[in-house]
Amino acid sequence: MIKILKNLSPYKWIVLGVIALVFAQSMAELFLPTLMADIIDNGVVQGNIPYIWRIGGWMLLVSALGAVAAIFASYYSAKAAMGLGRDLRQKVFKHVGQFSLQEFDEVGTASLITRTTNDITQVQQVVIMMLRMVISAPVMLVGGLILAISKDARLSLVIIGAMPVLAVSILLILKYGIPLFQQVQKQLDGLNLVVRENLTGIRVIRAFNRETEEKARLQKANRELADVSIKVNKIMAFLMPVMMLVMNMTVVAVIWFGGIRINNGAMQIGDLMAFIQYVMMIMFALVMASFMFVMIPRAAVSAKRINEVLEMQPAFKDDGTEKADRERGTLEFDHVTFYYPGASEPALSDISFTAKPGETTALIGGTGSGKSTLVNLVPRFYEVTSGTIRVNGVDIRKAPQQEIRSKIGFVPQKSILFTGTIADNIRFGKQDASQVELEQAASIAQAQEFINRMEGGYTAEIEQGGSNLSGGQKQRLSIARALIRKPDLYIFDDSFSALDFKTDAKLRKALKSETKSATVLLVAQRVSTVVDADRILVLEKGRVVGMGTHDELLESNEVYREIALSQLSEEEIA
Amino acid sequence: MSQMGPPRPGASMPAEKAKDFKGTFRRLVSYLKPRWKKLAAVFVVAILSTVFAILGPKIMGMAITELFEGAYGQLQGVPGGGVDFGVIGQILSLLAALYLFSSLFSYIQQYMMSTVAQDTVYDMRQDVNKKLEKLPLEYFDGRPNGETLSRMTNDIDTIGSTLQQSLTQFITSIVTLVGILVMMLTISPLLTLIAVVSLPLSLFVIGPILKRSQKYFSSQQKNLGRLNGHVEEMYTGHQVVKAFGHEAKSNEQFDAVNTELYDAGRKAQFISGIIMPMMSLIGNLSYVLISIVGGVLVIQRAISIGDIQAFITYSKQFTQPITQTANIANIIQSTVAAAERVFELLDEQEEVEAVTTSVLDRAKGAVAFEDVDFGYGENLLIEGMNIDVQPGQTVAIVGPTGAGKTTLINLLMRFYELRGGRITIDGLDSRKMSRHELRHNFGMVLQDTWLFNGTIRDNISYGKTGASKEEIVAAAQAAHADHFIRTLPDGYDTVLNQEVSNISQGQKQLVTIARAILADPPMMILDEATSSVDTRTEILIQQAMNRLMAGRTSFVIAHRLSTIKHADLILVMDQGKVIEQGTHQQLLDKDGFYADLYRSQFSAKVAI
Repeated sequence: MIKILKNLSPYKWIVLGVIALVFAQSMAELFLPTLMADIIDNGVVQGNIPYIWRIGGWMLLVSALGAVAAIFASYYSAKAAMGLGRDLRQKVFKHVGQFSLQEFDEVGTASLITRTTNDITQVQQVVIMMLRMVISAPVMLVGGLILAISKDARLSLVIIGAMPVLAVSILLILKYGIPLFQQVQKQLDGLNLVVRENLTGIRVIRAFNRETEEKARLQKANRELADVSIKVNKIMAFLMPVMMLVMNMTVVAVIWFGGIRINNGAMQIGDLMAFIQYVMMIMFALVMASFMFVMIPRAAVSAKRINEVLEMQPAFKDDGTEKADRERGTLEFDHVTFYYPGASEPALSDISFTAKPGETTALIGGTGSGKSTLVNLVPRFYEVTSGTIRVNGVDIRKAPQQEIRSKIGFVPQKSILFTGTIADNIRFGKQDASQVELEQAASIAQAQEFINRMEGGYTAEIEQGGSNLSGGQKQRLSIARALIRKPDLYIFDDSFSALDFKTDAKLRKALKSETKSATVLLVAQRVSTVVDADRILVLEKGRVVGMGTHDELLESNEVYREIALSQLSEEEIA
Repeated sequence: MSQMGPPRPGASMPAEKAKDFKGTFRRLVSYLKPRWKKLAAVFVVAILSTVFAILGPKIMGMAITELFEGAYGQLQGVPGGGVDFGVIGQILSLLAALYLFSSLFSYIQQYMMSTVAQDTVYDMRQDVNKKLEKLPLEYFDGRPNGETLSRMTNDIDTIGSTLQQSLTQFITSIVTLVGILVMMLTISPLLTLIAVVSLPLSLFVIGPILKRSQKYFSSQQKNLGRLNGHVEEMYTGHQVVKAFGHEAKSNEQFDAVNTELYDAGRKAQFISGIIMPMMSLIGNLSYVLISIVGGVLVIQRAISIGDIQAFITYSKQFTQPITQTANIANIIQSTVAAAERVFELLDEQEEVEAVTTSVLDRAKGAVAFEDVDFGYGENLLIEGMNIDVQPGQTVAIVGPTGAGKTTLINLLMRFYELRGGRITIDGLDSRKMSRHELRHNFGMVLQDTWLFNGTIRDNISYGKTGASKEEIVAAAQAAHADHFIRTLPDGYDTVLNQEVSNISQGQKQLVTIARAILADPPMMILDEATSSVDTRTEILIQQAMNRLMAGRTSFVIAHRLSTIKHADLILVMDQGKVIEQGTHQQLLDKDGFYADLYRSQFSAKVAI
C-alpha cells in the first residue's frame, strides 16, 4: 500500500494542501460548539443580546470558512486521487505492454486485466476516502479530546472510558461480520456457477431429462446463499444499535457527572452543552476510524496485486539494432532449444531446419508436442534458451522486435479481432493500406463474399471479441490481416480449423500464388492440409521425430503414418 | 445518523426507470405477502425505535433545564437552591431507558428484516429456477446467457439489499421527519419556522449540484467501461498487437480514454464532494440563527435553556431524513426497474405442454420426417421435407460451417416446434409423446462438450441416475476414456474445475461419449471431428464414436469422408436449408452441390 502511495509524490503539494484544508475544516467544525457555549454562558445567562449577535456573527464566519475549506479540499482531493488512478493505470498498462508472452502466461490475462482496471479503481476510491474522511477522523478525535479536556478535564474521563467500549464493540462486530461477507461472496459465486452451467448446458440437460435434478441443485445453492446472507445481516444488525447505544449512554453519563460539576461551580452550563457535542464528534470520528480498518486492508490487497505487476520485469530486452533484410523470405532454426520458465523438461529441443522463399514448412503432431511453441518463438514472443533463429538471415535477437515482426504475417490459433470496422481490423496489418489492397487481401482470404453481404460492407462494425461473426469468418479476417502486409514470412498456427472444406480448399489455392516469394510456416492438425508441403516436421514431445515430404514420411515414419491412417482412407493415401 | 456502512448508489447516481412502475411495484409487494405478519411487526418495532429516539433530545433538554435552573438559583443565592439530583436522576434514568429500548427495537427490526428480505429473495430465485425449466429453447437461443444470469443474480440481489436496508430506512425517515417536526413545533413555532426555511434553501442549492453530479457520474461510468474494454481487448489480443506492432497505437488510445476518465472522474468526485459541506453550511446557518434567536427567547424567558439544546439537536437531525428519503426514492426506482426485469423473465412464454397420447418406451429407432416445415423467424428454412430412416441406419449431415445443422437436432429433440408436417418415431408422432420420453430415446454427443463442475464419475452417470461403479467404468472403457481417467490424480473422483480446464478438449469429448454410452439410447445425434483435438486422441474418439453408432439410428454431423461415404442417407445443408439428399452415389450422379463439395475437398489435394 505504501509503495503505491508513493505514486502520489507528484501530487505531494496538493495532498499537503488537502491535509491543511481538511484540518482547517475540522477545526472550524470543532470551534462551533465552543462559540455556542460562549453564547449561552456569556450571552444567554447574562442577558446580553448584542453579545449573542456578535458571537453569532463569528459562528457564521467560522462555518463559512469551514465550508470553503471543505470545497477546496474536495476539489484537490479529487484531483490527487483521480490523478493517482490515471497515472497508475497508465504506468501499469505501459509496463504490461512490454511483457512477453512469458509474463502473460505467468500472471494470467484475466488477472492482468483486473489488476489494471478494478484493482486500481479500488485503490483510487480508498485514496479519495482517506483524503476526505480518514484525515479528518484523527483531527476530530484529537481536537475534540483536547477541547473537551480544556473545557473540563475530569469530565473527559467519561469520554475516555467510553471510547474503548465503542471501538471494541465495533471491531468485534466487524470481526465476525467480515468473514461472513466473504462467505456470502463465495456462495454467490456458487449460485452464479450453477446458473451459468444451467444456461450453457440447456440442451444437454434437456436431452438427458435432468431438469428436476438441476432444479434441485440450483435450489440448494439458492438456499445456502440465503442462509449465509441472513446470518451476516443478523450480525451486522448489531452495528448501528450498539453504536447509538454507547454514544447515547455516554451523553447521559456526561449530563449526570456534568451536573455534579456544575452544582459544585466547577463548570458552566454552556460548557456542558458544548461538551455533549464534542462527545458526538469524537464518537463519530471513532466510527470512521473503525471503518478505516475495514477499508484499508481491502485496498492493500489490491495495492499488492498492482505492485506485483509493476515489479515484474520482462524476461528479455529488446535491444537489437540490425536490419532484418539479408536473405529475404528465409527462415532458419539452428539447434533451437526452449524451456518454459521453471520447467525441467524442454518444450522444444534441438530443432534445426532451413526454409527458402516459396517453400512451405508444415508442423504436425499431437497436443503438447510443441507446435504452437515453435511458431511463437519466431516473432520472439518467447526467448530461445539456446540455439539461434534467423529471419531473413538475421538472428532475431540482433534486430529490434518491431523490425522482425514487421516481416511476419502472423495468423494465431485463436482469431482475435478488435472493436472497430472490418476495414480497421484488416488494416491492423498495414495501417496505410488502400481500399484496393484491402479488397485484394479480403478476396484471397475468401472473406470478400461475406463482407459484401454484411450491412455496411467494409465499414460494418465488429463487436468486442468479434461476437457478431462466426468462427470461420473471424478466421478469414485474421488471415486477411496477415496477407495485407505482404510479409516475407507467413505463420499459420492452425488457422484453417474453423473453415469448411470448400472454403478451406479455395483459400489455400489462392494463397499459393500469393506466397511465392515468401516462406510459409504452417501448423496443422489434418494431414490433408500438409500433403503438398515442401517439408513436414513431425513433432513429438518437443523433438523432431521425422522430417520430409508426405510421401517420404509415409514410407519411413511410423508416427506420421499412424496419423495419416487415422485421417485418410487407404485410397487417398495412395 | 443511521447512514453508515458501505456506500450504495445514492442520489448522486442516476437511477434507471421502470416502464410500468405501479404494476411492478404492486407485484413486488405481493412477494412480501406471505411474510406480512413479520413485516408488520418490523414496521411497528421500527416506528417505536424511531419515536423513542426522537423523544431523547427533548428529555435530555429537561435534564439540562433542571440543571440550569438549579445552578442558576444557587448562583442567585435563592434559598434551597442547588441542583435537585433526585429529579435529574429520574429524568436521566428515563432517558437511558428510552435509548436502551430504541437501540433494542432497532436491533430487533434489523434482525427480523434479514429473514424477511432473504426469504423473499429466496422465493423469487426459486420462481426463476422453476421458470427456467419451462422456457423453450427459443428463449435461451434468443439472448445472451449473461442477461438471464444477471437477472437471476444481480437484479434479485438489488431487490434483497433494498428490502434489507432501504425499506425500513424509508419508514423511519418519514417517521423521523414528522416526529422531529412535531417536537420542534411543541418547543417553539418561531424557531421551527427558521429551521424549516432552510429546507427550500438547501433544495435550491443541492438540486442543481445533484443534477450535475449525475451527469459526471454517468460519464465517468461510461469512460470506465470504455477503458476496461480497451484493456481487455489489448490484453487478450496482446499476441496480435505485438505481432503487428500496434503497441504505440494502443498506448495512444489508452491515454486518450484514460485522460477522459480522469476528467470525468475528477469532476464527479469534486461535485459529489461538495454536497456534504454545502449541506452542513446550510445546517450551520440555521444552527447559528437558532442559537441567536433562541438566546434572545431564553432571555425573555419564553423558552427554557434545555429546550434550546433539544432544538439544536433536532434541527441538526432534520436535514438528514430528507436527503435520505431522496436517496431511497432513487434506490427504490432502480429496485423496481430490477424487479421489472425479473418479472419479464417470469412472464416469458412457456413451452407448450404436450398432449400425451402415445407411449414410447424404448424405440426401435425408425425416424421419419413427413412434409416437415420449419423456420426460426418469418421465413421457412425447411419446406416439405421428407426422409425415412430405418432402425440402425446412419444419416450423415454435410455442409459448410454455419449451415444450420443444429436445426435438425432442434427438431429431432423437439427443442423447437414444427411449423407443419410431423416427425414420427417408430411411426408415432413425436408431438403426441412426452418430451421426456422422446429425449430419453436420443443420445447426444456435440462438439461443444458440456460438463459440469463435479466429479468425472458424476459427469458420466449424468445420463443414468444411480448407475453402478462397474457400469460407469465399463462405459468409460468403451469410450476409451478409462485410461486417461485413471492417470488423473483422483481417478473417477477427480473434480472437474469450474472452467473444465483440467482435462483437455479431446478428453472432454471422450467423457461425453462415455456419458452417452452409459445412457444407452436407441438413437444418437453426433457431431464428428474437432479441430482442437490432437491427432492421436482423435483416433480414440473416432473409434469410440463408431462403437457408439453401432446398432443405433445415428444422425452424424459428418466431416470424415469414410463416415459420409458409408452413410445410408446424406443430407446436404447450405444456409440453413436441406438442399440435397440421397446416398453418396446418388448425389455424385446428380452432380450438384454435394458433388462439387466432394471434389473440392477430397479429390484435388492442395496444400499451400
